Amino acid sequence: MNTMQRSGSGSLQSPRSSSSQAPFLSVSVTDPAKMGNGVQAYISYKVITKTNLPEYQGNEKIVIRRYSDFVWLHDRLFEKYKGIFIPPLPEKSTVEKFRFSAEFIEMRRQALDVFVNRIASHHELRQSDDLRIFLQADEQTMDRARFQETGIFKKKPADLIQIFKDVQSKVSDVVLGKEKPVEESTPEYEKMKNYIFELEDHLAEAQKHAYRLVKRHRELGESLSEFGKAVKLLGTCDDDALGKAFSELGAKSEIISIKLQKEAHHLLMNFEEPLKDYVRAVQSIKATIAERATAFKKQCELAETIKFKEIDLNKYRLTRSEKLAEAEREYEMLKAEGEETSRRFDMIVRLMNEEIARFQEQKTSDMGLAFHEFAKGQARLSNGIADAWRSLLPKLEAHSS
Amino acid sequence: MMGYENQESHLYASKEEMESLVLDDDSPNGTAHPFSDPLSSSSSLPFAEIPTDQSQTPNSSFNSILEPPSYAEAIFRSFDADHSSPQLNGAHDHSIASPSSPPSSDDFLTITVSDPQKEQELSNSLVPGGTAYVTYLITTRTNLPEFDGTEFSVRRRFRDVVTLSDRLAESYRGFFIPLRPDKSVVESQVMQKQEFLEQRRAALEKYLRRLAAHPVIRRSEELRMFLEANGKLPLVRTTDVASRMLDGAVQLPKQIFGETAGGMVDANEVAQPAKGGRDLLRIFRELKQSVSNDWGGVKPPVVEEDKELVEKKQKLHDFEQQLSNVSQQAEALVKAQQDIGETMGQMGLAFVKLTKFETERAVYDSQRTRAADMKNVATASVKASRLYRELNAQTVKHLDKLHEYLGVMLAVNNAFSDRSSALLTVQTLLSELSSLNSRIEKLEAAASKIFGGDRSRIRKIEELKETHRVTEDAKSSAVKEYERIKENNKNELERFEKERHDDFLGMLRGFIVNQAGYAEKMANVWKTVAEETSGYAKHGS
Repeated sequence: MNTMQRSGSGSLQSPRSSSSQAPFLSVSVTDPAKMGNGVQAYISYKVITKTNLPEYQGNEKIVIRRYSDFVWLHDRLFEKYKGIFIPPLPEKSTVEKFRFSAEFIEMRRQALDVFVNRIASHHELRQSDDLRIFLQADEQTMDRARFQETGIFKKKPADLIQIFKDVQSKVSDVVLGKEKPVEESTPEYEKMKNYIFELEDHLAEAQKHAYRLVKRHRELGESLSEFGKAVKLLGTCDDDALGKAFSELGAKSEIISIKLQKEAHHLLMNFEEPLKDYVRAVQSIKATIAERATAFKKQCELAETIKFKEIDLNKYRLTRSEKLAEAEREYEMLKAEGEETSRRFDMIVRLMNEEIARFQEQKTSDMGLAFHEFAKGQARLSNGIADAWRSLLPKLEAHSS
Repeated sequence: MMGYENQESHLYASKEEMESLVLDDDSPNGTAHPFSDPLSSSSSLPFAEIPTDQSQTPNSSFNSILEPPSYAEAIFRSFDADHSSPQLNGAHDHSIASPSSPPSSDDFLTITVSDPQKEQELSNSLVPGGTAYVTYLITTRTNLPEFDGTEFSVRRRFRDVVTLSDRLAESYRGFFIPLRPDKSVVESQVMQKQEFLEQRRAALEKYLRRLAAHPVIRRSEELRMFLEANGKLPLVRTTDVASRMLDGAVQLPKQIFGETAGGMVDANEVAQPAKGGRDLLRIFRELKQSVSNDWGGVKPPVVEEDKELVEKKQKLHDFEQQLSNVSQQAEALVKAQQDIGETMGQMGLAFVKLTKFETERAVYDSQRTRAADMKNVATASVKASRLYRELNAQTVKHLDKLHEYLGVMLAVNNAFSDRSSALLTVQTLLSELSSLNSRIEKLEAAASKIFGGDRSRIRKIEELKETHRVTEDAKSSAVKEYERIKENNKNELERFEKERHDDFLGMLRGFIVNQAGYAEKMANVWKTVAEETSGYAKHGS
């Protein structure tokens, strides 16, 4: 049974391994550094790979990567491994102001680290060549690879034709007045799709509130700090016990304010981020669902085309047309394509079934950890606050007497 | 888990409460001024006790799930017990933030304001149908001897309160008299709205209770009449401006020509500050005096003593400024506490929905496990949200003391200006005396040069000497009044300092105990969840 772990090491206990050491592949994303100036400035990360796998050069390799390199890896895997839920990437930052804020950079680094590690611990994905390139290639090779993917070059010629055909068939359907429903409608799959779509809504709401909760912690910290400052000033008006009591209250308020700020950060990194990650994961599933729909549609359309071709073929046979030979050739090609398409579709279905089970398990453990961190953080904060306030009471008693 | 069933039913019960929780937050109450709201809603109870009992019940049902009573619980109970014991004597309600003065043995004077009713002014006015006004039922319970009964009620309108306040200001110059509620000029439509009436009722009650808490004013005849006299309030109404102006115009010629035949300068009048309209000339004279004081030429013979008072006033002024600042920050703090509680609750609700969803649609066991974990977090969040709410209600109750003392500072300033105006009266009279003296001297010198006397001059001298005698009496009266007010100031200051000390230390203690207690409760809630999810932590976070 594969245990998918979220942490650094993506170790896999392979029963087939006869070598003395179990094969491992461990990656970490660290050391964000700002590169360049002005509009073109960006953040680079160190990606450190430790492995004993033969396909990799040496035990340890360090490369420098930027966000768009991770995007490249994600997109390549998405293309190649249809049916597998590719681990999600953190969002592109749209707000210029935050792009280089320490918090944003740290959140992104953490998310990228999780991303790569999930790939490295996935039994299929870890074997990908693209992963190897990503982890090993020098910066120039990486740049070149990435450049090829951008813009219109991203779409291969075959894809372009397919898109064209889709538009064509769409148009003809509309013209003919029929929108053929080319969707799978097995009840189980329907259930799963509905589940995914509704899940996204629920999760998004929870995440929204979690994010607000982080903000509230910060706001409470700030207002407590201001309150403390004001109380301290009030304390300077009296130089008796009352004045001292005010000063002590003010000082304590400021201390507690710092605890609140700390907890806000902890909450953001260890609770809100995992929730957001969950949302992204669901969105990744939706992308796979779309892929499956595309594959299904293709399968259906091809089946139709083959049927029509059969009709044509029989017609030619009967009329002994000279188009028969070519038609037969085309027909064979179509049949082969049809089989390939079906095979691909079936694989997607099979993979998705495995993936969904894996996904549920992973999410239970991911969220379990997040809940634990949330509860731990809140308990720590509350205890800290209680202790801090309580420590004032004996002094206060002294002042009252 | 043990108690899982309890938690389950509790979850859905608290979900209903959470729904109503959310609704409450949408209602106007949630957005009203944080200081006025909780108090006004609770002052329908005779003692305006912030419902600590009410806050205890949900906690006790929590406690049946959580640990046994903690340190904070014990502190809570002892703290609230402190506050409830004087209740039996009922001399002072600490909970409604009235200045606590030492009750003399067992006497009490408890006032309640209730039942606003609309009534019609009988049309002797020009407006057809008459104007409407609102009366309130003032119920008093007391064992003070000067009252005729032990429990009685009267109906009073706001105008009566203004009258009471004005009469007290005249009779108790130099005292720190609690400020009456604002007149708040609003249209008659607004006047009849429930919210306005409730606000006003609460404000009136607070005011009367503060009067009742003042050791000297509670024994005043004015207050007694207000509380007890049936029918029309037998206090002299503050006359309206028009008639005052008229009076003043009538008085003016006599004052200007200085013909004070037969003791026109009433010694009693001197003991009052120059009121608008009636004493135009007096105001004019005193203004002249104050200007000459300020511009310094003549050093006034009665010197305001001193640096000690000036220092004291400055200190109080500084205190007032800082207090105002703290009061503002306290408001912001309360808002932030409210916000975090709300958001926590909303997040909890979102997780409740998620839990339900996952449970209903579960295909894999991992989903069921996750749903169970999520439910714990959801429940805890909702609990924490309710704790924040309670914490905030208590915080408002304690920090409202800040707000109240801002009002007290205004009363202090009034008392000091009573003193200043009394001093000004004395100074005015003194300079009049000195000018009369020099006039008499001059006339006497001129008259002595004429052999046999100058009949008209001699007559004039006699007149002036008479005026001088009267003015001298007035001056003595004014000096006595000034000394009296000084004495009142001094006593009140002492009382104020002591009360301020006690009140604020009490406020601090209440605030701190509250914060600590609720933090501890929250810590317990989260500790349970942390323990329940500790299995996930094995990868070392």
